[in-house]
Amino acid sequence: MTSTTPLRPRRTASRQALNITALAVALLWIFPIYWMVNVSLQPNAQMRLEGPTWVPLDFTPDAYLGVLSDSSFWTAMRMSMQVSLLAVAVALFSATLAAVALSRFRFRSRTAIIITVLVVQMIPAEALFISQFRMLSGWGLVNTTLGLSLLYVGTVMPFIVWMLKGFVDGVPVDLEEAAMIDGCTKVGAFFRVTFPLLGPGLVATGVFGFLVSWNEFTLALVMLSSGGRVTLPVWLQGFQEGMSGTDWAGIMAGSALIAIPVLILFSIVQRRMASGMVSGAVKG
Amino acid sequence: MASVTYDAASRIYTPGARPAINQLQLDIADGEFLVLVGPSGCGKSTALRMLAGLEEVNEGRILIGGEDVSHVSPKDRDIAMVFQNYALYPHMSVAENMGFALKIAGVSKDERAKRVKDAAKLLDLEPYLDRKPKALSGGQRQRVAMGRAIVRSPKVFLMDEPLSNLDAKLRVQTRTQIAALTRKLAVTTVYVTHDQVEAMTMGDRVCVLKDGVLQQVDSPRNLYDTPANVFVAGFIGSPAMNLFQVEHDGEALILGGERYVIPDGSLKKTSSNKVTLGVRPEDIHIDPEHGIEMVVDLTEELGADAHIFGSPEGLESFQPLVVRVDGRRPPLKGDHVKVVPQMDHIHLFDAETGLRLNGEIPENTPHAQLADVEALQDEEGE
Repeated sequence: MTSTTPLRPRRTASRQALNITALAVALLWIFPIYWMVNVSLQPNAQMRLEGPTWVPLDFTPDAYLGVLSDSSFWTAMRMSMQVSLLAVAVALFSATLAAVALSRFRFRSRTAIIITVLVVQMIPAEALFISQFRMLSGWGLVNTTLGLSLLYVGTVMPFIVWMLKGFVDGVPVDLEEAAMIDGCTKVGAFFRVTFPLLGPGLVATGVFGFLVSWNEFTLALVMLSSGGRVTLPVWLQGFQEGMSGTDWAGIMAGSALIAIPVLILFSIVQRRMASGMVSGAVKG
Repeated sequence: MASVTYDAASRIYTPGARPAINQLQLDIADGEFLVLVGPSGCGKSTALRMLAGLEEVNEGRILIGGEDVSHVSPKDRDIAMVFQNYALYPHMSVAENMGFALKIAGVSKDERAKRVKDAAKLLDLEPYLDRKPKALSGGQRQRVAMGRAIVRSPKVFLMDEPLSNLDAKLRVQTRTQIAALTRKLAVTTVYVTHDQVEAMTMGDRVCVLKDGVLQQVDSPRNLYDTPANVFVAGFIGSPAMNLFQVEHDGEALILGGERYVIPDGSLKKTSSNKVTLGVRPEDIHIDPEHGIEMVVDLTEELGADAHIFGSPEGLESFQPLVVRVDGRRPPLKGDHVKVVPQMDHIHLFDAETGLRLNGEIPENTPHAQLADVEALQDEEGE
């Protein structure tokens, strides 16, 4: 018997404890999603019965059909798409430039800028609503796609800049220098060598920005004050209020449908989010 | 192909502080293989990066092929560089890596493919052209980095410690290959290393730097036989030269109570009553009759020969005396031996300025202190 043998059962036990904890956490997270889908597939009458129905035996797609045939859902979907995509595009472009500057250049007050970016992130969103509204109103951008997108850009920028700075730091400067010796200008070296290697970072931060813009509710509610121009989360709120008795199945079906574009986005890009793009560049 | 000239070139990071490269004056002939060598922090990489255009030239000039390129951007210098970590583009295949510079230069696709293929053949990289760098071994990556440089047929090759990431055996093989390859291509090469064995074996000429100041530039043979100051003496050679502070009377050295007459009058060149005596380990022999008494502290057997280490009586030195002896019957630890330096192969340096006193003395050599050599030994010991 070697001295290491007694260690083995203990290690398995702790491993099992960890596994069980992980499973419990996973169940906790997945339950609301399960419940959303479950409710959305039941007729509303089922809701009023005593005790929960765990499996939708009286399966009906009525709630989904109801939402999908609602033209206001599609208007809100278009609005959400426009706002989120515009916000992500503008934020990624500006944040990339900012991240490269912060990572590659040494200039006066560089540290101060980095810290400011971080501090801005810590201001509670509610504290800014009034000034943000007045700002948009001054520019005549209240109730517009562009106006809301601009606010979302501001919301996600600090985090994206920080995260992208990390990705730029991860690309060795030597690569750009090698490209410059190979005949590129400084800008050319960035676009031909560094930029392609930022792919995973751009995808990850882009998904983050999209999620935040897609799901944001309060700002959208404040800035889209009148008329039928709303984003999906605001539409969902209106959907609930519009009914005489709450249409739980409809709300859950709407929620599920809102989540679907995000799921599609994730399934497309998750493979590209894997890191390791830079491996092989330099001896590790 | 072109000559390279550093004309009093300086790199000053902080005004007022010691320059990283101080008034470097160096002429490299067309097709020459020049090695820049020195301990870490001596500025050798900075000097190379100045030539590449990656570091500013704050004072003086740098010329390639007689043309002042001090303020020309790297892309217009027609140079190729091999980086210490290879800096291969990870998102490109081996072929794309090697052809990148040609692509930027607007060379046609067919011509590019042909030149990449030729270079790949030269470096045994043909089977790997479609692979990405991460699927290559360290040695293969190193060859791709070389290939990327030679595909371009540049005026000058710059190499920044290209072998330091290879294991010892591969390093020795690759060393020979690079030396042979650059001679075959007859392209001027500037090669940076901290390894003095690499410097000696590869360079046509070797330039020793310390603290951004050129100490001596000469052929490996001359560097070994007539180091210009005490720093070069201690840096070049492995094991290092034995250096001692020795008293003299103007005509002879006084060693272990015996007088060793120096007939060429070099002892008259110094005002101090001490000189620094340098003797290479192979220039000391064991004598049964007379000489300096020494107890052997350690014997290193290397097969063909052996090194014995010991502290001789009455000699002032910061390092143990090293003697190279016949590997077949070396004295063992604890043995008492008498050692005699071979007087026609000794090196004498001024005790204060560290400058060479005997034999041929190169001009414009900077001063050096024995303490510099001491620091060097400490660094190697770490």
